[in-house]
Amino acid sequence: MTAEEYAGLGGWTPEKLGLPGAVRAVVAAPDPVLSRPGPAVDPTSAEVVQLAADLVATMRVSPGCVGLAAPQVGVSAQVFAVDVTGHPKAVTVHGAFVLCNATVVEASRWKAGREGCMSVPDLTGDVKRASRLVVEGVLPGSGDPVRLVTDGFEARALQHEIDHCAGLLFLDRVAGAHAVYQRKVYL
Amino acid sequence: MNELAITVIGRDRPGIVADVAEALARLGANLTDSTMTRLRGHFAMTLICVGPAAADVEAALAPLAAEGKLLATVRAVTPDGETEPTGEPYVLAVHGADRMGIVAAMTRVLADAGGNVTDLSTRLTGSLYVVVAEVELPPGTADEVAGRLARTAADLDVGVSLRPADTDLL
Repeated sequence: MTAEEYAGLGGWTPEKLGLPGAVRAVVAAPDPVLSRPGPAVDPTSAEVVQLAADLVATMRVSPGCVGLAAPQVGVSAQVFAVDVTGHPKAVTVHGAFVLCNATVVEASRWKAGREGCMSVPDLTGDVKRASRLVVEGVLPGSGDPVRLVTDGFEARALQHEIDHCAGLLFLDRVAGAHAVYQRKVYL
Repeated sequence: MNELAITVIGRDRPGIVADVAEALARLGANLTDSTMTRLRGHFAMTLICVGPAAADVEAALAPLAAEGKLLATVRAVTPDGETEPTGEPYVLAVHGADRMGIVAAMTRVLADAGGNVTDLSTRLTGSLYVVVAEVELPPGTADEVAGRLARTAADLDVGVSLRPADTDLL
């Protein structure tokens, strides 16, 4: 991680939200909230700040979870948390952060990869995502605009979460009829 | 050269593929295209092979079916060779709460538009039903088909997406 990329968040961490998050229940498909495009939010509102803290708290208690979007806790809104820290596939890592109203502004170097989702617990799928990505959004609380330049697994996580905010699941982007897999559970 | 369409289905256990493939190999049957997969605990094989007469293959598979654990069918088919693509390749994805008629309604939209489904799989997991189909659409019709699919999906209360299939050659 370079200093320039880290500057993308301006040193923001979830602690800046200033309140503890509560763990919320995660909803699963076919809950209709997951297929509904979420509205843009006021990042400075108390409701959004609490939602941001709750998304981080829920992500942190969920094993293997590298990202969680508002629709996954039943709230139709353009807010999500990401944290790929320590993930073996991650290259650039911005730590734990929450973005509101995020959009992809540049995407390139598309690569196929296997994805799962807490809201589709029994299936995984092969999805092509940009491995070089620029995302713009605003931070919860301050409302400060941010521009994140990232790659690899963090880029994949961001695209997956931005899709959630638009009412899309990885199932909407699978590569073909044999690109959806039953998640393997080994006893 | 005989071309045969063979299906074998039965409760999954280790060795089904080996047993069937061995029986075919002994007859000198050459396996060409096939799919073999597990569907909710049943193992299903659909295959095309060339070589022996249908009756010989039926006889060879009979012992496997004798215990009632496997159901095998053998049909002689006319070799058509490779089918040329008839349109532009797209991937259709549908997901939502399971209910009757999702595949029927969505594929009817494709058929009415002259679309040809070349591959399709479905999964039911909990109450979530997922359909992914690869389809060739007549050139220039995708936007209109997407609109009709969206209306049909709304009636069924399911989500739908239609995207160009990846056709990159690497």
